Amino acid sequence: MSDFNTALRENDDVQVIELCGYLDAHTAPQLESAFSDLISKKKYKIVANFEKLKYISSAGLGVFMAFIETIRENNGDIKFASMIPSVYNIFDLLGFPMLYEFFNSEEEAINKFKHN
Amino acid sequence: MKTVNPKSYELQVKSTTENLSLIRDFIQNNALKRGVPQHIIDKIILAVDEASTNIIKHAYHSKPDGDIIIQLEFSFDKCRIILIDFGDGFNPSVIPQPDMPEYFEKRKVGGLGLHLIRTLMDYVEYHTDKGGYNQLTIAKKIKNSAA
Repeated sequence: MSDFNTALRENDDVQVIELCGYLDAHTAPQLESAFSDLISKKKYKIVANFEKLKYISSAGLGVFMAFIETIRENNGDIKFASMIPSVYNIFDLLGFPMLYEFFNSEEEAINKFKHN
Repeated sequence: MKTVNPKSYELQVKSTTENLSLIRDFIQNNALKRGVPQHIIDKIILAVDEASTNIIKHAYHSKPDGDIIIQLEFSFDKCRIILIDFGDGFNPSVIPQPDMPEYFEKRKVGGLGLHLIRTLMDYVEYHTDKGGYNQLTIAKKIKNSAA
């Protein structure tokens, strides 16, 4: 049983999406629809909080690649926060720090939006 | 020369992404029993997940009734995994290693599975048999304190 879920919170104009559980080819469509929802509501400032994410495969990484262009074209961004080391290692292995900003805490990621 | 009998385990599942968690648990539980360090288990799990996802999507085109056989074998210094499917084969040599800066530059999506497998594992060999099956063999060196 793959278990994965997302929860959405709003901090002023920044959307915080919490990822929880296992993100693989089976559960990635759930994250995809969460991002589609945000984009359809024109919410482009997004912090992904990874604190409760235990696992990610390339299907999960692909979701972030799929939406980043639209989001940045609309002056937004997806910022990553609070990853456990084993999850960060996968992003790092593939060079994601070239394209995305990673923060130790959700607060730091939110502040980056506010001070831009 | 020390001779240690390799220990092997087998799992057979249908080709649905729902089974990926079952596949990961199969690797996790058996590798842990053999004393493989968790950071190595994590790499093996991801490689096998990626390989299984590729089989489901590309060999069976997401049809759920295909069979995937996963054999897991431990020798004193190595973990070897053989994945067998009966779907469409492919030629891995025509799939180049992605250039990651270019990948990000062009905002590409997908195609990272095989790259991850090659990066995470020490040995990767793919074989399409005329008898109608495909076999991917991957292996990783492990430090087994029991050896």
